[in-house]
Amino acid sequence: MTEYNPAYPGTVTRYVVVESYTVTPADVAIRAYEIAKGVMIKENCFGLIVMGKEEDVDRVITEVRKMDPAHIFVKDRGFPPGDARRCRATLGGARPGFHGIEFEMGILPYISNGLEKTENT
Amino acid sequence: MAKVFIYPATSLILSDMVTRFGHKPLGSAIAIRERVQTPGLESPPLQITPEEPKKGLAWAAVEGPGRLSAGACRSTAPMVEECDAAIIINNADLAFGCMGCARTNELVKFLLRQKRCPGSNSNTRKTRRKASSS
Repeated sequence: MTEYNPAYPGTVTRYVVVESYTVTPADVAIRAYEIAKGVMIKENCFGLIVMGKEEDVDRVITEVRKMDPAHIFVKDRGFPPGDARRCRATLGGARPGFHGIEFEMGILPYISNGLEKTENT
Repeated sequence: MAKVFIYPATSLILSDMVTRFGHKPLGSAIAIRERVQTPGLESPPLQITPEEPKKGLAWAAVEGPGRLSAGACRSTAPMVEECDAAIIINNADLAFGCMGCARTNELVKFLLRQKRCPGSNSNTRKTRRKASSS
């Protein structure tokens, strides 16, 4: 039996999913890099994966949300970025969890519309 | 700030809505994070140890599928116990899987009803008309 020493203990990982007409994941990534201060930022096709201490991650996410509040969505992730147990490049095929996010991204425009109308009333 | 259990537990939209309005979402990521960040003996991929089924039996019967007690009950049921409220979306298209998953989902919803915690329990709206009429 081998020992298991977790990578990045005590950290929090979050997805930042961008579904916006005006802001691209690249824009959000650049803004996140500007304020990262030690937080790990992984850019991908739908947004970012942000990992670090919880208060730092919350700080970065609060700031990037301001770019387009109704079109940026955040979700917790259990694994750190690039973890071999979930990484698409390691396992091959679609990443486990891809289909869930793919499905929900089809609904996000309706959610964004509702958020904008709620903020305007 | 309340702890809100979300079902489906992997939902991006529910997790974001709960966070956006100032509460803490309890989803599967929280439980997974606890498992993968706990040191111990190597037990890939999710560090499920022989202790997990024993702890899961507090919620599920021993004759149920193994996934029920070892996996979901051990990770999800504690979040059900600590939540202050719950949001349940029934018949969600992304909540599909094997019979073990189906049983797990039924048990989770049962535990939430048994707890009588406040929250929302609604069905997925399949058409715009139904969504706008609700």
